[in-house]
Amino acid sequence: MLELKDIRKSFGRIEVLHGVDLQVKAGEVHALLGENGAGKSTLMKIVSGIIQPSSGTIIVDGQERHFANYDEAIAAGVGIVFQEFSLIPYLNAVENMFLAREKKTALGLLDRKAMRERAAAILRKLEVDLPLDVPVARLSVAEQQFVEIAKALSLDARILVLDEPTATLTPAEVEHLFKVMRELRAAGVAIVFISHHLEEIFEICDRITVLRDGEYVGSSTVAETNIDQLVEMMVGRRIENSFPAKPAAKPDAKVVLEVEEVQLRRGGPVSSFQLRSGEILGFAGLVGSGRTETVLSILGAYPAARCKVRVGGVEKRLRDPADGLAHGIGLLPESRKEQGLVTDFSILQNVSLNNYGKYRQGHWFIDFKKELACTEDAMSQVRVKAQGPRARVDTLSGGNQQKVVIARWLNHDMQILIFDEPTRGIDVGAKAEIYQLMRDFTARGYAIIMISSELPEVIGMSDRVCVFRSGGIVATVEGSAINSEEIMTHATTGRVQHVA
Amino acid sequence: MSHDANLDAASAGRGRRAALDWLFHSPLALPLVGLIVVSVLMGFASDNFFTIDNLLNVLRQVSVVGILAVGMTFVILTGGIDLSVGAVMALAGTMAAGVMVNMGLPGGVGLLAALLVGLGLGLFNGFMVAWGKMPSIIVTLATMGIARGLGLIYSGGYPISGLPGWVSWFGVGRIGIIPVPVIIMLVIYAVAWVVLQRTPFGRHVYAIGGNETAARLSGVRTRSVKLAVFAISGVTAALASIVLTGRLMSGQPNAGVGFELDAIAAVVLGGTAIAGGRGLILGTLIGAVLLGILNNGLNLVGINPYMQDVIKGLIILLAIYIGREWR
Ligand SMILES: Nc1ncnc2c1ncn2[C@@H]1O[C@H](COP(=O)(O)OP(=O)(O)OP(=O)(O)O)[C@@H](O)[C@H]1O
Ligand SMILES: [Mg+2]
Repeated sequence: MLELKDIRKSFGRIEVLHGVDLQVKAGEVHALLGENGAGKSTLMKIVSGIIQPSSGTIIVDGQERHFANYDEAIAAGVGIVFQEFSLIPYLNAVENMFLAREKKTALGLLDRKAMRERAAAILRKLEVDLPLDVPVARLSVAEQQFVEIAKALSLDARILVLDEPTATLTPAEVEHLFKVMRELRAAGVAIVFISHHLEEIFEICDRITVLRDGEYVGSSTVAETNIDQLVEMMVGRRIENSFPAKPAAKPDAKVVLEVEEVQLRRGGPVSSFQLRSGEILGFAGLVGSGRTETVLSILGAYPAARCKVRVGGVEKRLRDPADGLAHGIGLLPESRKEQGLVTDFSILQNVSLNNYGKYRQGHWFIDFKKELACTEDAMSQVRVKAQGPRARVDTLSGGNQQKVVIARWLNHDMQILIFDEPTRGIDVGAKAEIYQLMRDFTARGYAIIMISSELPEVIGMSDRVCVFRSGGIVATVEGSAINSEEIMTHATTGRVQHVA
Repeated sequence: MSHDANLDAASAGRGRRAALDWLFHSPLALPLVGLIVVSVLMGFASDNFFTIDNLLNVLRQVSVVGILAVGMTFVILTGGIDLSVGAVMALAGTMAAGVMVNMGLPGGVGLLAALLVGLGLGLFNGFMVAWGKMPSIIVTLATMGIARGLGLIYSGGYPISGLPGWVSWFGVGRIGIIPVPVIIMLVIYAVAWVVLQRTPFGRHVYAIGGNETAARLSGVRTRSVKLAVFAISGVTAALASIVLTGRLMSGQPNAGVGFELDAIAAVVLGGTAIAGGRGLILGTLIGAVLLGILNNGLNLVGINPYMQDVIKGLIILLAIYIGREWR
């Protein structure tokens, strides 16, 4: 169905794809694997005409094709869910889905009803219930991801590319997506699936192709391989156990942050929790359960109905993330492109964006030398793959962009870090290193709040877990109670107490 | 930002190829080419163009808009716009003259009054934008009307003349052969360059234009930075008013109509993205000079003033069209 032969691609003088082959058959789900920066997204952008290869052939249905842009690829039956969102923030879900492909009535007017029905039908298939009339900017990241998926599905593509669609979804939502993917597969659609969650590969995929540093490493069927082999193909070495050992529980540790009460919306549940020195407090819950809003409220970046916070035992009113920073609280936001990075800036400028206290020269000026040294150090700690600290972040692969957002907090002297989906889009090897960095940080007596939709990550990393449901905390579990049944039970059936 | 490219090229010293590469990719490349092309054309059209006297004259004529464009650059880099600069300049000049002439206070107090007017209105704009969460185009449009109106009310619509003679030094004085307003302008540009390229504040200005949400969530005090850029724009408007008052030797409530548009044109011709986040203060200087040369050249050639506006408009459009997909 789809065949790529010896694809090469250079940006400027640097070649990032060195002759990659790929064959995807009708009615199969084909996994494309590789570390961050291996070239997966670049290859898929070539398939969908977003960028053009420097050389090589694209064959669709036995015919050689050249796509000058995405529209031509769509016409040939290709659809893609981009790794970075491509939605227009001020338009609603329906408008986004049919952007530039609006359905018209006989009179040439917009056929709103038909578009709305079609959108609703697709979303119903995905079993998501999201408001169709609000601008997508107001939807959660996971909901936006579903709009993005629905947009690609609305094309009725015969070749469907999904570039890390599950990075922002919880397991239950991933299942819904997989169900739809199975239906499409049965209908003969060729699907290319990219993900750093290797369990998913074994659940849904038929065959795999692995890239490493822009080279084609090999292909195989899923049945003939296992996770260890895959990892070795991807990174060229074995990865030891990815979660570092948890330290012994210290129930008497000092409370560094106490949230006495937080109520997101009037009439919703009121929650409270404590964060202790040296711990990683996991926030688990389904998408839309209010985890992100809760941490944003603490920092004054979300207009909660009520929010009372004590930092180091003293009541504080934080009105702006800058106040949080002043009190030693840093935030790694959920969505790197919209909330984390200034994409026009270099890695260097992004890493030091909020950290000039550290490299001043004569009080007023930036100490460029120190800035560079600090950035290089932070970059090497998380292993950012880039041409150098001065590379613009929008030339980095998705996972490497995420590493830059993490790197920003590495040389900061923060007491509390709030990490919202910290490993979104990060490959298996780098994940292990980031987990270790998080443990190193808490070992120094600092504390981390980690929001994560990846259950294994919550279970493997958290010393305690607050489980959220419908805007509030319904349970806090620790020790051996941190397991998937316990957490999922609370997340789906926990009792929510509404307070006027 | 090209500052990096700058360091990169310099430190690596990879020879001519790197230098060419840098020039080609720099946001300054296009404005520079424009400047050279227009200068050469003007040189052909008029023998008087390439004389020291005329070139200095161009710079002197450029100085007022050039100074306004500095503050405008700060504002535009954050993604905002300041339409009030022309009117604020007029009010500041009128008040300075009023303080000196009507109130009989020393000249220094008059100049201080101008600066305070500029700073005050700039802070007002900034406050309304940052804390009032209103779009800058609307806020500064309102301020433009208010400032213009206040100047006319205070002066009754007539110029206030009779200033102490030394005030003219700011407008027409010279140090050696260099006109004072040109020196003032260059000093302001130098300061602005240092602030934008060397200080954390400068970085934050770019960051807000690039991605305000990301800047705010990472702990940048975005509102304070916005307040500051409008304050800076107010102050540069006041500084421009001092030069203008020195040149006219009177406070003119009607001065500077439409200057905000020239300042915006200079910024945009200088390669700064109107949506913010990208651009260089040096580009603005080039843009302002380019605009000045057009004015001067079209005059020298003797083109009808109405036609001049049309030609200027078309050239700006062309420049921005060429620059739109640059880099
Ligand atoms: N516009 C660009 N300019 C320069 N280099 C680029 C550009 N886009 C991508 N690259 C480089 O190409 C390489 C491959 O990037 P790509 O986005 O395809 O990686 P990926 O396999 O999708 O990684 P991830 O898992 O992190 O998403 C990276 O090293 C990246 O820096
Ligand atoms: Mg990618």
